[in-house]
Amino acid sequence: MGYLEGRFEESVITTTLEQAINWARESSMWPMTFGLACCAIEMMATGASRYDMDRFGAGAFRATPRQADLMIVAGTVNYKMASRVRRLYNQMPDPKFVIAMGACTCGGGPYYKYGYNVVKGVDLAVPVDVYVPGCPPRPEALLEGLMRIQDKVRGMKYLTKNQPIDVPIPARTGYVQLPPELSDADPVKAMEKQFAFAKMTKEKATPTKA
Amino acid sequence: MTAAEIIARLEAQFGQRINAKNLEAIDPFVVVEPADLVEVGRCLRDDPQLRFDMLNCISGVDYLEPDPKKVAKAGFEPHVEVVYHLHSFTHRHRFVVKVSLPRWKDNKPGELPEVPSVTSLWASANWHEREVYDLSGIRFLGHPELTRILLADDWEGHPLRKDYEFPLEYHGIRGR
Repeated sequence: MGYLEGRFEESVITTTLEQAINWARESSMWPMTFGLACCAIEMMATGASRYDMDRFGAGAFRATPRQADLMIVAGTVNYKMASRVRRLYNQMPDPKFVIAMGACTCGGGPYYKYGYNVVKGVDLAVPVDVYVPGCPPRPEALLEGLMRIQDKVRGMKYLTKNQPIDVPIPARTGYVQLPPELSDADPVKAMEKQFAFAKMTKEKATPTKA
Repeated sequence: MTAAEIIARLEAQFGQRINAKNLEAIDPFVVVEPADLVEVGRCLRDDPQLRFDMLNCISGVDYLEPDPKKVAKAGFEPHVEVVYHLHSFTHRHRFVVKVSLPRWKDNKPGELPEVPSVTSLWASANWHEREVYDLSGIRFLGHPELTRILLADDWEGHPLRKDYEFPLEYHGIRGR
């Protein structure tokens, strides 16, 4: 826990109250099950064993909004459903956060042009904190969205009034770093290395004639 | 029974009340008047040789060419059709009945065309007719509860009509 400052003895750690409360809040975000459509399957996959959401503390999906503090809107929102989404958002206690998961919640998605019953983006119904694009987004993308919410929680200041809230720049860029065998300072050489690697794996994968 | 035999049996009973028939289509069908629909349906359901005891699907089709430059090549007059797909468990044959309606009742835009409901014959028609009323705007007389089933209850308009205009907003949420 690098942001806990100063240690006097072996078992005494000092920190500020804000940081401690924010750490507690971000490490136990309880999402509300709000799977509406196909993105719900990916949300279930994220909560399952391979891409575990419980290791972030967010594995306890609460069915009731009164006990949840994160609403992952996963799926297309209809006009019929929009009033219910808003009502459930109002029933959540503060501090609450919303992840708009999937293309349909970000801006209407594939139903943007001809969907007569689709709300073009759930931010027309509830205020959204983090948008996760994709159709559906991969579980890793949803976990990145969850980590951005954790960054946002870490920047919350409510004990020191009249201070500007600084949402921290995320520590993760989202870009995968390739191993040194495949990366190079010169982009042309890096591409050559990657092409050679792809060709080698493809040759290994072609089945030999029986 | 083949489609030809089914049609022959219907014509023996109803004669001239069958407007048109088509045996060459993939699903052979007959076209009846809306007023005769319930009687023809009862004969199809109860006749021991026919025994169409399952209504698979009711569809509403809007025949309208919205682009005025392509109207001449369209090949049909603007009208609305309701298509009933029937199936028999005992004899394992299928049949299609179609009803042709004007797009608006008495040619007044806004007044929905009417056709009698077949809910008394086949119970599965209940929700199918609600869907056709909701999306294609065809009123079914005698339906126990004709309300919108897919769209919100206070929605205006019937989206699957070809001349439907998307709403600009719905209860404060912008539509396009």
